[in-house]
Amino acid sequence: MIFWKLFYTFLIIGAFTFGGGYSMVALIQDQVVTHHGWLTAQEFTDILAISQMTPGPIGINTATYAGYTAVANAGYPAWLAAAGSLLASLAVVAVPVALMLLVCRYLSRYMDHPRVAAMLRVLRLTVVGLIAAAALSLLTAESFGQTGLNRQFIVSLAIFAAVFVATLRRKASPLTLLALSGLAGWVAYGL
Amino acid sequence: MVKYCELFITFLKVGTFTIGGGYAMIPLMQHEVVERRRWMDAETFLDVLSLSQAMPGVFAVNMATQVGYRLRGVRGSAAAIAGNVLMPIALVLLIAIFFRRFKEVPAVEQVFMGLRPAVAALIAAPVFTLARSARIGWSNCWIPLAAALLIWLLGVSPIIVVLAAAAAGWLWGRAENRNLKTKR
Repeated sequence: MIFWKLFYTFLIIGAFTFGGGYSMVALIQDQVVTHHGWLTAQEFTDILAISQMTPGPIGINTATYAGYTAVANAGYPAWLAAAGSLLASLAVVAVPVALMLLVCRYLSRYMDHPRVAAMLRVLRLTVVGLIAAAALSLLTAESFGQTGLNRQFIVSLAIFAAVFVATLRRKASPLTLLALSGLAGWVAYGL
Repeated sequence: MVKYCELFITFLKVGTFTIGGGYAMIPLMQHEVVERRRWMDAETFLDVLSLSQAMPGVFAVNMATQVGYRLRGVRGSAAAIAGNVLMPIALVLLIAIFFRRFKEVPAVEQVFMGLRPAVAALIAAPVFTLARSARIGWSNCWIPLAAALLIWLLGVSPIIVVLAAAAAGWLWGRAENRNLKTKR
C-alpha cells in the first residue's frame, strides 16, 4: 500500500535528519529515489529546484512534492495524490515535533549533558558529509549532459561554476541565481 | 496572553515570505517574534535557535514548535506549525499538479536544463561554509569524509551513518567524562 509506505518512509526521513534541509536531501534521495524508486534522479533534481524557488522549508517542500508525484506515478487520481502529499508532509514533521515538545517539557536540562554534547558534536561533523554526498549524487549525466565537448555539458559546467562561486564569495540569494540559471538554460538551448 | 490566531498569522507571514529553506527564515522570524511582537527577548530566541539546531527534523518547524509551546503550550505550537507550513504546502501542491502538464513544453525543459546544474552547486556550496562553522580541521576531517564516501561510493544508507555517528559521539562523551573524573 503506497500510502502506508509513504507515511513511514517520511516518518523515518524526518526522524533522522540533523542539521536542516540540506542534510535531508541525502536521506530523501536514498529513500525515495534509490530505495523505493518513486522518483527518477532527474525528477528529484527538478523538485529540489522548485523547492528552492518556493517559500518554506526545503524538507516540507520536498516531502509535499515527492508525496504527490509518488502517488500520481503509481497511477492514482489527482485528489489521492494530493492526500499523499499532505500525508508525507505530516509524516516528515511528526517525530521531530513530538520529540521537541518532549524536550521542551521534560528534558531540556539534559541538553547540556556532556554525552549529549559530544553526540551533537559528532553529528554536526557527519552532517557536512551527508550534504557532500547529496551534492555528489546530483552530479549526473541526467543533470549535466554526457561528459565531453558538447553544448549541454559545457553550459552545465559554466552554470555550476558560476552559481558555486557566487554563493560562496558573494552570498547571492538562491532565488536570483536560479532565475539567472533558468534564463541561461532557455537562452542556451532554446534560442 | 497571546492569541492562537496571532501565533498562526505571524508564522503564516514568516512561512510565506521566506524563500530558500529554513535558515532563510531566521531574520524574519526574529524580527516578528522579538522586535515587533516582543514575545521573547533576543537571548531566549538564541536558546530556541540552538535547541532547534540540535534536534532532528525540519529546522523552521522546530523553531515554530518551540516558540508556540513557550507562549501557549501544545496548542500554541500546533497553531504556529500550521501557520508556518500552510503556504509552502499549498503552493508546492499546486506546482506539483500543474508541473506534470507543463513538462511537455520545450521551453520549460530548457529552463530546467539550466536549473539542474545550479541546484547541484547550491547544495555543494554549503558543504564548504558549514565545514568552516563546524570547525573542521586536519584532526576531524575524516568524519565528514568517511560519511560522504560511505553514502556516495558504497551506497550505505544515510540513516545508518547518522545512527553510527550518534552512537560514536555518545561513547566518546562517556570516555571523555571518565577521563575527567580520573584526573580529578
